[in-house]
Amino acid sequence: MSEHIEADAPAQTPEDIHGHVAVDVTTLDAELIEGASVATADVAEYALWLGDDALVLAQQLGAWISRAPELEEDVALGNVALDLIGHARSLLHYAGTASNRTEDDLAYWRTEPDFRSLHIVEQPNGDFAHTIARQFIVAHYLFELYSRLRASADATLAAIAAKAVKEVDYHRDHSTQWVLRLAQGTDESRRRMITAFSDLWPYVEEIFRDDPLIDRLEGIAVRPSSLLPAFDAAIAPVLAEAELDIPSGFVASGGGRTGKHSEHLAFLLAEMQVLTRAHPGASW
Amino acid sequence: MTSTITPDTSATAVISVEEQQFNDLIEADSRIEPRDWMPEGYRKSLVRQISQHAHSEIIGMQPESNWITRAPSLKRKAILIAKVQDEAGHGLYLYSAAQTLGATRDDMTDALIAGKARYSSIFNYPTPSWADMGSIGWLVDGAAICNQVPLCRASYGPYGRAMVRICKEESFHQRQGFEILLELMAGTEEQRQMAQDSVNRWYWPALMMFGPPDDDSPNSAQSMAWKIKRHSNDELRQRFVNMLVPQAAVLGVTLPDPDLHFNEETQQWDLGEIDWTEFHEVLAGRGPNNAQRLQRRRDAHEDGQWVREAAAAYARKQSERSEKAAS
Repeated sequence: MSEHIEADAPAQTPEDIHGHVAVDVTTLDAELIEGASVATADVAEYALWLGDDALVLAQQLGAWISRAPELEEDVALGNVALDLIGHARSLLHYAGTASNRTEDDLAYWRTEPDFRSLHIVEQPNGDFAHTIARQFIVAHYLFELYSRLRASADATLAAIAAKAVKEVDYHRDHSTQWVLRLAQGTDESRRRMITAFSDLWPYVEEIFRDDPLIDRLEGIAVRPSSLLPAFDAAIAPVLAEAELDIPSGFVASGGGRTGKHSEHLAFLLAEMQVLTRAHPGASW
Repeated sequence: MTSTITPDTSATAVISVEEQQFNDLIEADSRIEPRDWMPEGYRKSLVRQISQHAHSEIIGMQPESNWITRAPSLKRKAILIAKVQDEAGHGLYLYSAAQTLGATRDDMTDALIAGKARYSSIFNYPTPSWADMGSIGWLVDGAAICNQVPLCRASYGPYGRAMVRICKEESFHQRQGFEILLELMAGTEEQRQMAQDSVNRWYWPALMMFGPPDDDSPNSAQSMAWKIKRHSNDELRQRFVNMLVPQAAVLGVTLPDPDLHFNEETQQWDLGEIDWTEFHEVLAGRGPNNAQRLQRRRDAHEDGQWVREAAAAYARKQSERSEKAAS
């Protein structure tokens, strides 16, 4: 593989029927972890990008459980959070192989500037419409990303992606269904859905921004900018059916990949890390 | 209330064919299904028990979801999310079982958030420490299993079948809880203290989950006659303590009952006096977290109102559209 894995790589194999997760081919996170090789510094950095996105988003979704609008959503959002924690664990474990750190060292003992998450995943849950808008954007991005990362020259990343793509396909479907319901449900739900998209759209641009790291990882990483056409093509029919326009206006300057974060991340990490940091050296 | 304790079978000399069939099914240890005739008291008793059980699962999500965002490792976080999610699933199956008896989910939810429905009082206790995730699994889920395994044979089919699945998952939860405590007890001095303190707080409330002593349990006799319930409160409580004692030894925690001792004659562990005033206080709404638990449920329900309305409106519009397309 001498080329980047570009957006025109095959997106779906026939078994990836929209919304269906094939349980029989699911690899356990532990199996992926055991099979992981040792990452180079650059691959580890890339694994942190993806792992931190999954971790921060899972942390946010976990906070919905027992507070969702209906019990079915407690279950559904819990499922999505669990899948994302699984991705985060595999990716952080792999990232840690480069510096002899565990997934928990990376999750609990790094401070904010060392995190690599995108601003979109750091945006707070807000109301259900904000959570759905964030899910819709991120799940569509992740689906395109993992679809292509399956062809990575790095076997561990490819294996993680092959598992993750089936799960984020469900996340994409779940959020799509809710975008349609909320946009076309009641006047109130439509108003809230429009507000949520306009609040979150400023963070979309950062997702597809390239970085010198990507140039160094030809054939291994997926070039973010290459995903934009597929992302746009995937969301366009949903937004058309929902009669929603892509918001125009602010574009946030972002910078998550270099450790410049939103104001929200510090609070999220404080909560996530509080117990672990109170007991250095303890195992749980 | 002695009149209601007498089973219907012996209450009247002349009974209908349907009632005879019902009694025969119960007698033969067969299952009653939603289509079968059943006495009104049986139906009511089941709706009460199943909906209370469903509410307990739903309120029971809160003390544990309290720690999802702060779980001390990613593995523990994943396990805890899966567990709380299982509880939501249990609530859903149980509400469905109650719906087969004519109860509606809206009515059951309204009764819960209005504070009119009961749920297991145990969930009115707080979870101030991570070790409580261990104690809830080991003690609370452990007690729930002792209560619930016999319910897998409950005479009402949909309830019994729901309980089979629930019990399998609960037994997994209990092992997870035990393992959390085991890890803490093998850890630092602070972790061991955290575990012991938590066991101290949950032990007695867990024993109270079996309900009042047999001579003070108004609904038990009828439920046993109808084979909804199969063992008495005291019997199940004893079974639970017999199971806990050796497990506590493995963990290295002390059960907070100075009078607990092995009775050579009965070959059982005799327990000290249970302070039922606390049980009645919590039941009467004077527990540590009663108001908080209901408030959270009500907030989730009310904050989600616009979402549920949107989903219903969307479904209506979709079906109108497909009807139009068909005509």
